[in-house]
Amino acid sequence: MLLRHTHKDILPREALTVNPAKTCQPVGAMYASLGIHNCLPHSHGSQGCCSYHRSALTRHYREPVMAATSSFTEGSSVFGGQANLIQAIDNIFTTYDPDIIAVHTTCLSETIGDDVYQITNKAVKEGKVPPGKHVFHANTPSYVGSHVTGFANMTKAMALYFSKSTGVHNGRFNIIPGYVEPSDMTEIKRLAKEMGIRPILFPDTSDVLNGPMTGKYKMFPQGGTPMADLVSAGDSIGTIALGPLASADAARAMDGKWHVPCRVEDLPIGLSATDRFIDALRKAAGVSVPDSITRERGQLLDIITDMHQYVYRKKVALAGDPDHLIPLVEFLVQMDMMPIHIVTGTPGKAFEKEIERLTAHLPHKVNVAAGGDMFLLHQWIKNDPVDLIMANTYGKYMARDEDIPFVRFGFPILDRVGHSYFPTTCYRGGMRLLEKILDVMLDRLDRDAPEERFELVM
Amino acid sequence: MSTTIKDPETIEPANMDLPDPEVVKKELLARYPAKVARKRSNQIIINQKDEDGTFPEIGANVRTVPGIITQRGCSYAGCKGVILGPTRDIVNITHGPIGCGFYSWLTRRNQTRPASDADDNFMTYCFSTDMQDKDIVFGGEKKLKAAIQEAYDIFKPKAISIFSTCPVGLIGDDVHAVAREMKEKLGINVFGFSCEGYRGVSQSAGHHIANNGIFSHVVGKNDTIKDAEFKINLLGEYNIGGDGFEIDRILEDCGISIVSTFSGNSTYDQFANAHTADLNTVMCHRSINYVADMMEIKYGIPWIKINFIGAASTAKSLRKIAQYFDDPKLSRKVEEVIQREMPEIEKVREEVKKRCEGKVAMLFVGGSRAHHYQELFKEIGMKTVSAGYEFAHRDDYEGRDIIPNIKIDADSRNIEELSVEKDAEKYNPRKTEAEMEALKAGGFEFKDYKGMMSDMAKGTLIIDDVSQYETELLLKLYKPDIYCAGIKEKYAIQKSGIPMKQLHSYDSGGPYAGFRGAVNFYHEIDRMVNSKIWDYLKAPWQISPELSAKYGWE
Repeated sequence: MLLRHTHKDILPREALTVNPAKTCQPVGAMYASLGIHNCLPHSHGSQGCCSYHRSALTRHYREPVMAATSSFTEGSSVFGGQANLIQAIDNIFTTYDPDIIAVHTTCLSETIGDDVYQITNKAVKEGKVPPGKHVFHANTPSYVGSHVTGFANMTKAMALYFSKSTGVHNGRFNIIPGYVEPSDMTEIKRLAKEMGIRPILFPDTSDVLNGPMTGKYKMFPQGGTPMADLVSAGDSIGTIALGPLASADAARAMDGKWHVPCRVEDLPIGLSATDRFIDALRKAAGVSVPDSITRERGQLLDIITDMHQYVYRKKVALAGDPDHLIPLVEFLVQMDMMPIHIVTGTPGKAFEKEIERLTAHLPHKVNVAAGGDMFLLHQWIKNDPVDLIMANTYGKYMARDEDIPFVRFGFPILDRVGHSYFPTTCYRGGMRLLEKILDVMLDRLDRDAPEERFELVM
Repeated sequence: MSTTIKDPETIEPANMDLPDPEVVKKELLARYPAKVARKRSNQIIINQKDEDGTFPEIGANVRTVPGIITQRGCSYAGCKGVILGPTRDIVNITHGPIGCGFYSWLTRRNQTRPASDADDNFMTYCFSTDMQDKDIVFGGEKKLKAAIQEAYDIFKPKAISIFSTCPVGLIGDDVHAVAREMKEKLGINVFGFSCEGYRGVSQSAGHHIANNGIFSHVVGKNDTIKDAEFKINLLGEYNIGGDGFEIDRILEDCGISIVSTFSGNSTYDQFANAHTADLNTVMCHRSINYVADMMEIKYGIPWIKINFIGAASTAKSLRKIAQYFDDPKLSRKVEEVIQREMPEIEKVREEVKKRCEGKVAMLFVGGSRAHHYQELFKEIGMKTVSAGYEFAHRDDYEGRDIIPNIKIDADSRNIEELSVEKDAEKYNPRKTEAEMEALKAGGFEFKDYKGMMSDMAKGTLIIDDVSQYETELLLKLYKPDIYCAGIKEKYAIQKSGIPMKQLHSYDSGGPYAGFRGAVNFYHEIDRMVNSKIWDYLKAPWQISPELSAKYGWE
């Protein structure tokens, strides 16, 4: 057994996290920064933070992930990282020539209290920031929140730093896609465009972290939200923020600063959450939904009705991020599946309440924990086994030990491809999610069926 | 049966048109700000052996330039990830916010094989105190103590270790005091590492901190003498992709017994028992040579540098071990194993060499691999035109002779040096002075490592802590057939149309050590440098974009 020390007896734990279902803020900030065109993320901390975050994102996307670091030493930790950051800014613009450097802090620079705003101002005064170039930052201490919080903080920082209001509407609509894959960002843009909306999507990692093989490496690929779009976001008709945890802060900040009205919706995962997204977009932008989108919706519904018998009352264990898990649980419940063990590492009691609301009618006890970990999830599974596990790649150790079908979902996915190219959001993403669920569950039926019950047609 | 594999050193480098290294160096530095260019200039060296046998001094183990886009990691990564990561039966608790523990959870490919299902294996687990802001403000010692207690109550391990992350040192948590207290309370070994990420200039500092910790807290605690004739420790072998398993197989076939491996596939008891071996063999000189030194001083175990990367090097290393033990039976057995393994290797090597001969490699990795893997490339006729380490020190480039000349700077001074002396009870010289002298007189070299430069051709470019910018320029100027480095470099290089082999983690392959490893590596490189897929980078309409006047086919 790979997780041979995980037993049924759940002893109380107050201090020890085992097999976390979250990681730290800076990686989310780095991911969000990569969604700005011509922007280099910069980690203000020890080299290891930057190295770990780049490695994690690189393994997940199998794409180049470039970022710089302040390379703190013991000396800079004592005397502050100002000299390191100013030198880094100079070196980055001279050597790599991005338009923007997006600095995020780490537990180190936060603990010693570096004032990044003051340091970047000093860099500007010293002429280290060439004309027309920008350095902005987000505070992302690793000891608060999770990678989702880091994404939220960086997204808010980019909105506040760049957006301006000219007092004249630009006829566009802001969409903050949340902590989703590049493929999802493409899908969200596609649907908005089909509705006749010209979205300003930020951040936008599509065509950054799912780039083609061309034989030519470009450190700053064609994707990413253009700086002009970020500036113009203050003139947009409105903002839709997808995923309350990852996107609401940025949307509300824009509302507060430029009076761009905002609406916060769940990530469009599954049928109803996508319905709400499309409907909100329709109403806010004053457009009608084209038949092509209604047809996609019908296709998703069609697969559900065709295959309902295979998912009905199947028990599911889930680990992931709150913004993903809430609409996912809603989707599973709609298909009459039973998500019974649900864990996120990201703290926040609102999550538990929402899951309890969504699962209240299920004829089965439901375990939910915010600030929980995969060790707890595994113990729950041992006490009350499930038919399906959905989690990031780390879930495969539980799945193998317990011999339970497994769908990879969330961050990071380190052992399969597809997530950066094929969405799991909106109607088509719902179809893909359902396809993945059915594939593993039907494979299991095929594997376990006695010969006489092995079926050609299923 | 002959062992016709040539000593790699005698393989002539392919005759090729290389760019002038002086010009390359100038180009690499041209764009940097003046101060950065000056600093990098010391770390970019054109290889050249002087008449007195020395090599040019290289800047190594020095601070990375902020913002340059380095591939280096930190002290914590070196300590918890590299050194203690492959030990399966210690509960390794990361004391800090969640990230560090999360990123070092199963991401290195060091394999482990517990003897049975009942044996402890915590390598699939990640343990963290997940410090929150209130712990940063009020201190994290209380939470750490509670975490250790919980880990003990749930997992009942034989040892628990604590790894400090950046904020721990800054807020002044005393992990060592907590460890002592909990050791007393629980009656198992509990020890801590001050491996905060800001210590030192790279992960090398973390290796040092980890090895010192294991040496102080674990080695020498178990005096059981293994019932075996030729007992060695294998130091600096981390069982990435199963390398250690292949080395174990070969040694076992030769009748050589491994007491402990630092630290691939290792256990707590093996470390505790390490002082009972009769010879220390060092694979990765960078990460562990000082442990070998300390074991010699304290316990009287001599050490030699060996290398199991490359078929010829493997054979050479086995013979060296046999020569040390000076036993005809062992020597015979070693020759038998070499004779048995070589024919298959030769067959594959000759076959692969036909397709790889003359191709060009670059290696920028680690503290020993950028050197050792050149052997494997040489065996299939490939030439290394540029190489460098990510975190090595001057002696790994220039050889151990220069160690007395290394200046200790402020960053190195922060890393504890243990002062070790003869153990009053356990010191036992394995060879008499006369025996040692006789071996030396016969050309046998103890604690000898000549470094990377001595094995590289004149005019090749040696670059320490290569930056992303330099990597991109090197690809343009040299157009290598393969580039070897780590995960962070991998896809930028492949997007340039050049195959990239990870030599930290081996991508998905391995083992590459030992005899079977050599065969695996020949096949892998053959696959990569001769893949047809690189011929398809352009679509037909990009190759001949002119439009035909008519729609459709005629």
